[in-house]
Amino acid sequence: MPTRHALPLQSYDNARKRHGNTTPATLFDDLPVSAFHRPAQDWGIYMTPAPSLLISGSAWFDGTLLFGPLQLTIGAGKWTCLLGPSGVGKTTLLRLVAGLDAVTRFDGHLNASDDLPLAGRTALMAQSDLLMPWLNVTDNVLLGARLRGKTPDHARAARVLGRVGLSDHTRKTPDALSGGQRQRVALARTLMEDRPIVLLDEPFSALDARTRSQMQDLTVELLSGRTVLMVTHDPAEAARLADTILIMTETGISSFPPPPSPAPRAVDDGETLKTQGQLLALLRQTTQQDESV
Amino acid sequence: MKKAASLFASALFAVLLWQAVVTLGALPRFILPGPVLVAETLWKSRALIAEHAVITIAEVLIGLMLGALLGGLSAIGLATSPVARTLIRPMMVFSQAIPVFALAPVLTLWLGYGLSSKIFMALLIIYFPVTSAFFDALMRTPAPWLDLARVMGAHPRRIMWHIRVPAALPGFASGLRLAAVYAPIGAIIGEWVGASKGLGYLMLLANGRAKIDLMFASLIVLAIFTLLLHAGVDRFCRHYLDGKSRTAKAI
Repeated sequence: MPTRHALPLQSYDNARKRHGNTTPATLFDDLPVSAFHRPAQDWGIYMTPAPSLLISGSAWFDGTLLFGPLQLTIGAGKWTCLLGPSGVGKTTLLRLVAGLDAVTRFDGHLNASDDLPLAGRTALMAQSDLLMPWLNVTDNVLLGARLRGKTPDHARAARVLGRVGLSDHTRKTPDALSGGQRQRVALARTLMEDRPIVLLDEPFSALDARTRSQMQDLTVELLSGRTVLMVTHDPAEAARLADTILIMTETGISSFPPPPSPAPRAVDDGETLKTQGQLLALLRQTTQQDESV
Repeated sequence: MKKAASLFASALFAVLLWQAVVTLGALPRFILPGPVLVAETLWKSRALIAEHAVITIAEVLIGLMLGALLGGLSAIGLATSPVARTLIRPMMVFSQAIPVFALAPVLTLWLGYGLSSKIFMALLIIYFPVTSAFFDALMRTPAPWLDLARVMGAHPRRIMWHIRVPAALPGFASGLRLAAVYAPIGAIIGEWVGASKGLGYLMLLANGRAKIDLMFASLIVLAIFTLLLHAGVDRFCRHYLDGKSRTAKAI
């Protein structure tokens, strides 16, 4: 177990040493709210512009092909949803981008369009909120700074917590919060990291329908301008949020046209519901094929 | 209050049983003194018992603190370094195959008749439970937390300090609770082997002179101290260690 964790950490650290930390400190949240809605290129002044991700190759585990060969591009500053049946390797792909998977061998390329290393430029939000139960909300949000040995910026944490609507809960511990509030803390922690690439691994799947749709709206708003890769099982989520919808099956990756209106789309939008239905039908098809094999 | 009542009832029952054995068996006082006689001796010899109890208590408390400190540091060291695990862990397991009591005479030879040999004895007996409970907990940090820390660009030393150690504190606490019960045993064994002070010494002395009432009085003081120590450590753990890191419900 320990060696499994030791490996990626080492290679990750080495990568950081080789290339240096390329993300300059940013002050984006000192700006008026409108700054959040500017197009991606405007972010260049505050952080490295969100790059696109180019992935091509195949993944192997213990000599067995996990997925691929496949080729995909995650658009710069766009929200990409990766949809597909379970066990097809969606999460593995996401973990490879995050630099977390040490046991999977990836043959091919996994680059950012600006040719800078990915290490230190990704943030992760998972299905579980991963809050430390012994830290209060503020300290959970400041965890990244503490782990990097940086001085925690309390003022900024307070502003980010305000943006996710948790100003009244900063001193509470996670067990005093609801599931939705906890996931908002996780979102605030992700924003504090201020990384151009954000990886989401079904972050809202454990929430009830109402809370989930609110979290989706908030997350789209606050992550706009960043390159987002979201793994999801939920066709409705993909139809509401995605700029690009990718469907991953055992035979490869194909794209599916998202609804024309900009994300986040209304939950009762006709086009969105239609796309959701089509996606579900498509998923059922692929699953049936899998089962018949 | 219900708990206190049941505790009192249970103690009363034990005393009655004790008295019944003495009365029905017509046992002489140098074989098994009755509870009343022991209580009398406890009161009459309170100065003598207190003088020796202070020594034993000091040995146990110092041993416990050193053992907790050393055990805690060892566990962190082992969890940090794979090399340390390879070299030291088998040694630690092997050391558990040696009854610590068998080492008591040698420890007395090396460290003398004073406090230090007893403190070391207590330390030795609690070191393993503390280290192994804490170490196991340190190695069980939920993997998703470690993933998160890695994506955040954390240094391993900071992951240890900010995530693995706090997450493992309940494990440390269960080691400490065991240690609170074991530490007095270590100190008493040390005193039996060679000492001129302490409850263990007093018990041996009283036994040799057929003052079984004094032996029992010392034993009762020791038992009460151990219970109080355990309760105190338990309280400390619940307040400072368990409460701070309820492991997340679902990861």
